[in-house]
Amino acid sequence: MRDNRSIFANLDWISILIYFLLVFLGWISIYAAVYNEDHSRITDLSQEYGRQLLFILGSLILIVFILFTDGRLFEKLSIPIYVVMLALLAGVLVAGSKISGARSWYQFGSFSLQPSEFMKFATALALSKLLAGDGREAGTRSKKRMPNKALIALIILLPVAFILPQPDLGSALVYAAFLFPLHREGMPAWVIYSLIWAVFLFILSLIVDQWWLWGGLTGLGILLAWIFRKERHSWWVLSAIWVLSIGMSLSVDYAFNNLLEDRHRNRINILLGKAEDPSGIGYNTNQSIIAIGSGGFAGKGFLEGTQTKFDFVPEQSTDFIFCTVGEEWGFVGSVLVVVLFTTLLVRIILLAERQRSAFSRVYGYSVASILFLHVAVNLSMTVGLAPVIGIPLPFFSYGGSSLWGFTLLFFIFIRLDAYRMQIL
Amino acid sequence: MKKAYLLFGLIGFVSFSLIVRLFYIQIIDDSYKLNADSNAIRKIKLYAPRGTIFDREGRVMVANQPAYDLLAIPNQVQAFDSIKLCALVGIELKELRRKLNEARAYSRYKPSPVVQQMSQRDFGRLGEQLYSFKGFYIQKRTLRRYPEGGAANVVGFVGEVTDAYIKNHPEYERADLHGATGIEKSYEEALRGVKGVRYVLVDVHNREKGSFRGGAYDTTAVPGSNLVATIDLELQLYAEQLMKNKRGSIVAIEPSTGEILLLVTSPTFDPNLLVGRDRSKNYRILENDSFAKPLYDRALLAEYPPGSPFKLVNALVGLQLGTLDTLKTYTCHHGFHAGSLHVACHCGTSYPLRLIPGIAKSCNNFFCSTFRDIIQSRPTSQEGMDVWSQHVKSFGLGQFLQNDLPTGRKGLVPDADYYDRAFGYKGWRAVSTISLGIGQGELLLTPLQMANLGAIIANRGFYYTPHIVRTVGDTAQSRFERKRTTLVEPRHFEPVVEGMHQVFEAGTARGSRIESIPMCGKTGTAENPHGQDHSIFIAFAPKDNPKIAISIIVENGYWGSRWAAPIASLLMERYLHDSISRPEMEKRMIEGDLSSEYRLNSDRDKPRAAGEAEQ
Repeated sequence: MRDNRSIFANLDWISILIYFLLVFLGWISIYAAVYNEDHSRITDLSQEYGRQLLFILGSLILIVFILFTDGRLFEKLSIPIYVVMLALLAGVLVAGSKISGARSWYQFGSFSLQPSEFMKFATALALSKLLAGDGREAGTRSKKRMPNKALIALIILLPVAFILPQPDLGSALVYAAFLFPLHREGMPAWVIYSLIWAVFLFILSLIVDQWWLWGGLTGLGILLAWIFRKERHSWWVLSAIWVLSIGMSLSVDYAFNNLLEDRHRNRINILLGKAEDPSGIGYNTNQSIIAIGSGGFAGKGFLEGTQTKFDFVPEQSTDFIFCTVGEEWGFVGSVLVVVLFTTLLVRIILLAERQRSAFSRVYGYSVASILFLHVAVNLSMTVGLAPVIGIPLPFFSYGGSSLWGFTLLFFIFIRLDAYRMQIL
Repeated sequence: MKKAYLLFGLIGFVSFSLIVRLFYIQIIDDSYKLNADSNAIRKIKLYAPRGTIFDREGRVMVANQPAYDLLAIPNQVQAFDSIKLCALVGIELKELRRKLNEARAYSRYKPSPVVQQMSQRDFGRLGEQLYSFKGFYIQKRTLRRYPEGGAANVVGFVGEVTDAYIKNHPEYERADLHGATGIEKSYEEALRGVKGVRYVLVDVHNREKGSFRGGAYDTTAVPGSNLVATIDLELQLYAEQLMKNKRGSIVAIEPSTGEILLLVTSPTFDPNLLVGRDRSKNYRILENDSFAKPLYDRALLAEYPPGSPFKLVNALVGLQLGTLDTLKTYTCHHGFHAGSLHVACHCGTSYPLRLIPGIAKSCNNFFCSTFRDIIQSRPTSQEGMDVWSQHVKSFGLGQFLQNDLPTGRKGLVPDADYYDRAFGYKGWRAVSTISLGIGQGELLLTPLQMANLGAIIANRGFYYTPHIVRTVGDTAQSRFERKRTTLVEPRHFEPVVEGMHQVFEAGTARGSRIESIPMCGKTGTAENPHGQDHSIFIAFAPKDNPKIAISIIVENGYWGSRWAAPIASLLMERYLHDSISRPEMEKRMIEGDLSSEYRLNSDRDKPRAAGEAEQ
């Protein structure tokens, strides 16, 4: 079965096609977002869309390079790549330039590079290497114990420790995505469920009066205790959860008022409807919803968006790029983009599940989870379902670092997948 | 495979929520719909009027007046009668072309100013004709107005934000104003208020067709807060009049609060010059006047060797350290002598002098000896110098005062390290630095620090940080309420105050004495290697329960009692009695003209720091 010529036959063309579709839609959306009659050529390098074309060409070179590299090399080099990227990420705190308040960039003349965008694939590689272990056979996963938990935590949290002081909360949050591959590889499910429960409780504690919340929790506990009355330990487990939940709701109030920074607190308050400020902090979200909402069913048509054209929405070409889709292509276009992303994510998970090596499977899961977190947070933010957290929409947003970072992340997996037939 | 369901579930949940949300905002809820035909939406900035600035008596220092800007959006501008437009707004055709090119270079979609700060009359004429100039429109804003003039350095002026400034302060947009100097700068956040915005629909003829979506996205402008300054405007204007044709500065402080009563720099300028259409022309003239430097605030930025007033500090430090007491005497032999060193003295006494007459006569020998004794009170000169320096710094000298003025200087109070660096370790002795005893040498003070020194002595040993604004909006400032004490105990101040009183009664400022007010002061004549000496005076009055402390420097004014002391005396009389009993002295001061001094020495006679750029 070892056959190097058939590499292209083994590529997963469905996901590659979706990738190119998204990149292309992103590019023309950037064109529409910053459209300028004086520079109407889409290849004009003085404009963001011209530069994005350069970044796309750069991605093509990266893709060719990845596809012609031996897939095993990524596994072998995973730790060195991680170390180098981590060094770059640490260096940016010292030698980086400040752009809009965050020291996240290396500046080379007119171009700048954001190392945190490349840290994601490096962390995914390192984590996969660690979870796969050395020379472990496929299918024996369940028999083996998890590798050193402290080391896993270190690999994921080190980048976070370097990204937080930039400060770039958005990019740091993305690392929560690695909980999914960990779950897939045997981390107890309650970790993720309790995290989801905690987020849910956090929001509830902020909007619901605490006596109602405590009453509700107690009622729910009693109900569950009755349902599970035949289970032996249910009473103990439920009381523990009840005590922890009450404790959490008490501490949320303190954390929210004392530990969060003002801007984060404001964004959450606005989202929860507790504060209103359409021209201040809430400006971005408000303008973004107006832009998308004004698109209607079929949109206003390419380059016809008035909200986009009059620069009502800030960060239109990067974090809020989805507004352009919403305004100019309407419900039809927006749903198309959501469906494209959903299909791609599902496809990647299915591909990951069919891998024979643990390394490829963990990596595939990491890719899907990172993309999922980005898409979910970014789109929810633009339609006003999540607070404003500045992270780009994968493949879509303007920016060389983000496009190349996601391209590396995604195509290394495509290459690993194409190689799966060669693993016996 | 079973474990994949968690992620599948979440992806499904998020996608479903997104699609439902999109369906809601794009299809169900039509409140976001735009009328997307030929109507264009225009965003009109509503400028918030800046806060009014009052003086301590409620007199208006800075107010607002309406003005109108003509803006153009280049890609909407169509062929128009440019001659007619120029005639209506009163500008040259060349200027109009230049402005339009500039606007095009900045942005074709965003409005840029073409004619700024039109008068109400031009606005009226243009308003009727505006329909024939497509792509142009008018924006109302407010300009500053200074009803009484004066105090230009105190209130400062506003200017348009530069592109570089916007980059660091994203809350500003092109053509916004911000405080560039003075109170306008240091209280910018309180004064500026909050801009509003109005979205209007305009038709193809550039006529307003009502507000966009019934004004749902409009916000109103919130005017800036009013300020009450600590300045006494009447006194300030009088002081500016007294300083006419002289260079220098006057600072007066209310000792019991630290409030700055007046802050004069001379030469100065009329703040009304920096308002309106001629602003940039006038600004260039003021800025390029490298000779008189009217934009340079001498009261805050110039640093001078203080001269004799500093003898008071040495006396206080000596009293505190016990090296001096009120009975100790020194005998002057036409100066201070130590080996080959000789500091001349013109006190004219040859009998043993005690502290109080020593101050009244300003005897150089007395204070050189006092300083020497302070330095020699410790085993080494280093330790002696550090003890001296530490005490002097407790008077707020040699450091920024952390006040609410946008600019300032530290001055210089040397310590042992300073001399070790200059002369080498132990390469110096008390007598090497003896000129510090009479306020000369390396020592540098700003006029504000000198006035504060007067306030400290008036208070017998403490001060409140001198500040310029009393209330912001409705709230009184509380950040300057902390009492700062010196290292010298209050009881040591009494003999020094008595000495200062004797300066008026029987000493160097006899000529400026007035029967009705017990005044205290100290003259100074600071040596100036570049020309005539500077005339310096610090004073406070009345002697008990003082209401005003003042410092005056008249550059190249020969000696202290010639210009500075009479001016101080007049100002204190005016402040305390609201009238002047010595009209001929007043006349002599107002008409006194030192400009020949400055001409002779054209560029050699500036104070040390005056050659540097301001701020």
